[in-house]
Amino acid sequence: MTHLDTLPLWAAIPAAAFLVLGSSLALIGSFGLLRLRTFYERIHAPTLGSSWGTAGIVLASIIVFSVTQSRPVLHELLIAGFVTVTTPVTLMLLGRAALYRDR
Amino acid sequence: MSRILPHPLLSLGVVIMWLLLNRVSPGHLVLGAAVALVVGQAMAALEPSRPRIRRWDKVVVLCVRVVLDIIVSNVAVARIILGGGRAGRRAGFVEIDLDISDPTALAVLAVIVTATPGTAWIDYDAAHGRLLLHVFDLADPEEWRETVNQRYGRLLKEIFE
Repeated sequence: MTHLDTLPLWAAIPAAAFLVLGSSLALIGSFGLLRLRTFYERIHAPTLGSSWGTAGIVLASIIVFSVTQSRPVLHELLIAGFVTVTTPVTLMLLGRAALYRDR
Repeated sequence: MSRILPHPLLSLGVVIMWLLLNRVSPGHLVLGAAVALVVGQAMAALEPSRPRIRRWDKVVVLCVRVVLDIIVSNVAVARIILGGGRAGRRAGFVEIDLDISDPTALAVLAVIVTATPGTAWIDYDAAHGRLLLHVFDLADPEEWRETVNQRYGRLLKEIFE
């Protein structure tokens, strides 16, 4: 944790805010996955985690490492990009399988 | 030019990815460019249909619109899950006759619909151009047809077709 001591307050506050926002959304999404009743309703819940849940954590990571290393660290953007582009594949697969079962 | 760089956007993407994963330096730029050229050739060997972006200014409009919509629907879905949502909420399917038929435009629409909480792309009937969408909070099916075709469909048509 020592390198985090060098993180100035102006960077720590937005980083913490984004981290809490992102992880809360991921938690709410997982909670919805448990709580919702039908399959088709449940596939909506995890998208909270895969959209702004991911984005929040990615932004927090970019802020922390860009400031502590004094250079723009942006490779986290790739995580956000690939998560966004690949989720439709899984979701369509699950959705169509459920549809095939129900029809 | 097209012989050396059959997929300029893909190659550019690979260079950017290379520079993001490594450090930005002239050495890595050369190495990344070499990889990008090979990747472009490999992709050309697969002979995919080549997507063409006609209106770059509209891409920016689309991105801003999507990011804003995703924020709004994140809040909406989170509220419903936490129990503070509308009473009498009904989830259901909507069949939408899409105006777009370009494969790339459809793929982008699928990513948008999936990335937005509250809507899920379930099935697409290519013969009739009909999309089966599942909506988490379905108040008015007609409104969703309007949203998909007007809000996204028209922009995608301008960009890709």
